[in-house]
Amino acid sequence: MPDTAVAEAPAKAASGGNILQVRNLEAWYGESHILHGINFDVNAGEVVTLLGRNGAGKTTTLKSIMGIIGRRTGSVKFNNQEIIRATSDKIARMGIAFCPEERGIFASLDVRENLLLPPVVREGGLPLEQIFDLFPNLKERLNSQGTKLSGGEQQMLAIARILRTGASFLMLDEPTEGLAPVIIQQIGHTIARLKKEGFTILLVEQNFRFASTVADRYYVVEHGKIIDGFSNAELAANMDKLHTYLGV
Amino acid sequence: MQALYAQLLVGLINGSFYALLSLGLAVIFGMLNIINFAHGALYMMGAFVAYFLLNLGGINYWWALLLAPIIVGIFGMILERTMLQWLTGLDHLYGLLLTFGIALIVQGVFQNYFGSSGLPYAIPDQLKGGMNLGFMFLPIYRGWVVVFSLVVCLATWFLIEKTRLGAYLRAATENPTLVRAFGINVPRMITLTYGLGVGLAALAGVLSAPINQVRPLMGADLIIVVFAVVVIGGMGSIMGSIITGFALGVIEGLTKYFYPEASNTVVFVLMVLVLLVKPTGLTGRAA
Repeated sequence: MPDTAVAEAPAKAASGGNILQVRNLEAWYGESHILHGINFDVNAGEVVTLLGRNGAGKTTTLKSIMGIIGRRTGSVKFNNQEIIRATSDKIARMGIAFCPEERGIFASLDVRENLLLPPVVREGGLPLEQIFDLFPNLKERLNSQGTKLSGGEQQMLAIARILRTGASFLMLDEPTEGLAPVIIQQIGHTIARLKKEGFTILLVEQNFRFASTVADRYYVVEHGKIIDGFSNAELAANMDKLHTYLGV
Repeated sequence: MQALYAQLLVGLINGSFYALLSLGLAVIFGMLNIINFAHGALYMMGAFVAYFLLNLGGINYWWALLLAPIIVGIFGMILERTMLQWLTGLDHLYGLLLTFGIALIVQGVFQNYFGSSGLPYAIPDQLKGGMNLGFMFLPIYRGWVVVFSLVVCLATWFLIEKTRLGAYLRAATENPTLVRAFGINVPRMITLTYGLGVGLAALAGVLSAPINQVRPLMGADLIIVVFAVVVIGGMGSIMGSIITGFALGVIEGLTKYFYPEASNTVVFVLMVLVLLVKPTGLTGRAA
């Protein structure tokens, strides 16, 4: 299997400036050692996807970057600033936004309150009109309780609310999980549009067919390590390997 | 008939204290997940701070209404920062035991210096006297307590249910980790929320001082009933605490008129009935 140095190679070929640099990232849940030295980079304006089986450490990687995991070591640099010791609220205020796998819609808040909950951390966030243009369903459901929305609408709300904040780096954890194909397609269009708007996106996905429609590059995570990495152009050539990695 | 109205008024006044105290408990439980047994002691501290302000600093009742909640609220925030914050993620029992211990210590210290008998606190001149309503005589101070408590309760409800800050509080009650990952300083918000809940208790203490005198055990006498109110209303429910607080005060007052022997137990009988029929309380949500 390729080592992490190989996995980093495609990043250097990408055009945008380096926005996120992860080196030797290790993380623990209590006594369980989950990440064993993750290394990768994300360049500005890219969509980078972390692929891997269940339990490989993809979500933990995102949570570690976001500062949600209690014990983590190594180095995470965002815009050349070290954030490994920063608390999650400070990391968010630096311009990183996280959309969790379970969507995190608040039952005690209506759709409007859910949408307006994350504070604006910097200029450049999408105005509400543009968000409703991306997700017209939300405009019609503004007064509904957040958790009364369908799964697809909840996912849209979860993405929509972080677009307001001005964060330029979005981390989306399995945004297509459990959704109907037509909604998955809509999420795909949204991600493509966000990329055009200049957002940098780090995506966690098990559905690499979906990921292939939006991603510029891929990293494969296994047992808490990055074991491979390639660009979208190299995807076809790596298909067999990918099937083996993902067990599909 | 006059006696009935008098008991109704007493019920409304007790209900005001129940509502203010249970509201503070509900806010603290909702946000910190802590059953704050120190609430009665902090209510007592509110009354004592008003007493000290008046007798040592010459600061009158009106200023005490503002200053005592702030001073006791700051004391509460220090408690939260130094002790309660370490209970995050632990069983409710730890919070209950710790706050019960704090209550015993605070009450013990005050009892040591001031004994068990009450210290007088005069009704402010502007609120002395009463009004004849035709069907009953209404002491102005008591009417003030009911109206002011209601206004404070509704303002707190508005703050939590209808404002952006309240949305942060409600969201952080559900998922503090995610709210923090949105850029909100949740630990600071928790400290301020505890301060707010404690401030409400202290405010009730100041309101109570001219009626019930200032006594080290004034909170201990009340807190068990207030917990019953919170359980009946639904743990963590803001509006539930307010409505149940006033309603149970009135029910207690009516029981004093119709069947005085049951007046001390009616709240607990109701609590048992509510727990049997709706264990989450009248307005509480299932966990």
